[in-house]
Amino acid sequence: RLWPRNYSTTIRQPHIAIVGSGPAGFYTAQQILKLHPTAEVDVYEKLPVPFGLVRFGVAPDHPEVKNVISTFTKTALNERFHFLGNVSVGSDLDVEELKKAYTAVVLDLDGVLSARSFVGWYNGLPNKADLKPNLDTDVAVVLGQGNVAIDVARILLTPVDILRKTDITQYALEALSKSRIKRVCLIGRRGPLQVAFTTAELREMTRLEGCRPVLDKNDFLGLEDLAKMVPQRRRRLTQLLLNTALEKPSQKDAARWQASSKEWMLKFLRSPKEILPDEQSNKVRGINFTINKLVVLRSVGYKSVGLKGIEFDSRKSVIPSNTGQVKNQPGVYCSGWVKRGPVGVIASTMTDAFETGKQIVDDLASGVLTVSPDHTGRHRIVPYLKNKDIETVSFEEWNKINEHEISVGNELNKPREKLTDIAKMLQIAKQ
Amino acid sequence: FGSTMPRIQKETVKLTFLLGDGSRQLVDAKVGDNLLDVITENEIDLDGFGACEGTLACSTCHLIFKQEDYKKLPETPTDEELDMLDLAYGLTDTSRLGCQVIVSKEMENWEITVPGGVADARDV
Ligand SMILES: Cc1cc2nc3c(=O)[nH]c(=O)nc-3n(C[C@H](O)[C@H](O)[C@H](O)COP(=O)(O)OP(=O)(O)OC[C@H]3O[C@@H](n4cnc5c(N)ncnc54)[C@H](O)[C@@H]3O)c2cc1C
Ligand code: FES
Repeated sequence: RLWPRNYSTTIRQPHIAIVGSGPAGFYTAQQILKLHPTAEVDVYEKLPVPFGLVRFGVAPDHPEVKNVISTFTKTALNERFHFLGNVSVGSDLDVEELKKAYTAVVLDLDGVLSARSFVGWYNGLPNKADLKPNLDTDVAVVLGQGNVAIDVARILLTPVDILRKTDITQYALEALSKSRIKRVCLIGRRGPLQVAFTTAELREMTRLEGCRPVLDKNDFLGLEDLAKMVPQRRRRLTQLLLNTALEKPSQKDAARWQASSKEWMLKFLRSPKEILPDEQSNKVRGINFTINKLVVLRSVGYKSVGLKGIEFDSRKSVIPSNTGQVKNQPGVYCSGWVKRGPVGVIASTMTDAFETGKQIVDDLASGVLTVSPDHTGRHRIVPYLKNKDIETVSFEEWNKINEHEISVGNELNKPREKLTDIAKMLQIAKQ
Repeated sequence: FGSTMPRIQKETVKLTFLLGDGSRQLVDAKVGDNLLDVITENEIDLDGFGACEGTLACSTCHLIFKQEDYKKLPETPTDEELDMLDLAYGLTDTSRLGCQVIVSKEMENWEITVPGGVADARDV
């Protein structure tokens, strides 16, 4: 799709702002760039580095999942795509400001909740690098039975020598190598038929080196018949759970589990009434279970947080919208977890993002969105940020950070060693 | 994977992909390649197809075979493939993940459906 070089300057082109550079941000951008011949897309990201939870959420021992980054990088190479890292919308820059400068604004925000702390810690999220989780204890309790809870359990239980080859942060590796945790207990509010993790993650846990599953038969007895009635998608998951709990393990598994020094378990139908976290020391002061020494990690879902001036449904954790178009906000759209709620994998986020991208292009074509002469996008915003002494990071500058991290990682025999200090990131970006 | 094997003269078969928008795409597929390779190499433009690049970490390479063809596939899906397929949108009894299916000579003139939507694991 080669348009004359001056096409973009002679005909008014739409500028679209995307707030957030997670999968939703990148997939929305990809779709807009594909479907519209001239639209320019500027992606604002509060951190100097892109990719959101692909970098800071996805577990280090699941490098395959991060392959989506190569598609994102391809999108970033499009000359109508611009990355503006290190700009936090809401504090550095208001949505109102963006609305003046852009034909459309897309919100791809992320969430906060305490599970994020531990995940962010091992994944090198800048403001979580100093969290010092207490691993000098026997038992870790994870509140939640979804994929994030499983990720947390797996990272706590996986032999450190396996993690060493991943892009987990060095400090986390060090702390985990001294960990005394032998047992991880995943606690769910509901029963075995309602667990929220996926089959692949569960299967991985049943095969984890040096670790055995401990499932209480009583929790599963009598569920065999019910299991046949669960929705198709859950059938194999339920079957695997029941097999693990009730069937005699294969000889190989039996031997492996026998020799294991660590274990994980699922506990159902308990809702801890009282957890008394001690915010300062990050330890738990009390919990009304009868386990004595433990560390509690919460993983009961991420929550998206709203933005000033934008309606937010805090019960569902979403910005109310219609195929991505934010209610009562012409020109404002949302995409990703903030649109459908903080659940689902990258592929489901992708579906949503494509839908939002398509909606915007349709709205441009039908005249719902009109391009005004003020809509000059980053040409208007960058000077505004300069005035406020805010330095933006471009995609080329991210590449410098990227190369730096890869080369430090190389020396440590791992794919990457992440920078966790924003000042250091900026210094390398601006070199 | 086929693409990393030495480039000897490879046999090809004709395959037709039926795309979500109703169009058909006829391609020459090299025997020994997997179907994700075939789609990539023939530059069939499918948004988001093969997001994890064939590493069995997504379900975006979902393909649907005809009943009679499905039965002829030499390899049955592994547990790992079925785990991922669980998350595929519009899963059928004759669904497979394209990156796990290797082109063989028996596939001459097969028609394979590329489902319109992609995964939505939200109700899992
Ligand atoms: C621990 C964990 C593990 C996961 N593992 C997997 C997995 O193995 N496989 C899988 O398929 N999916 C996994 N997921 C799910 C996947 O990460 C999400 O589906 C996906 O990242 C959601 O994308 P998003 O773009 O909506 O949000 P995010 O990835 O959260 O992106 C939001 C982006 O917006 C930025 N941002 C937020 N607010 C502002 C602001 N005010 N101004 C500027 N920028 C802002 C954030 O910094 C971030 O970069 C995992 C999720 C978690 C939490
Ligand atoms: S490409 Fe991801 S599973 Fe096939």
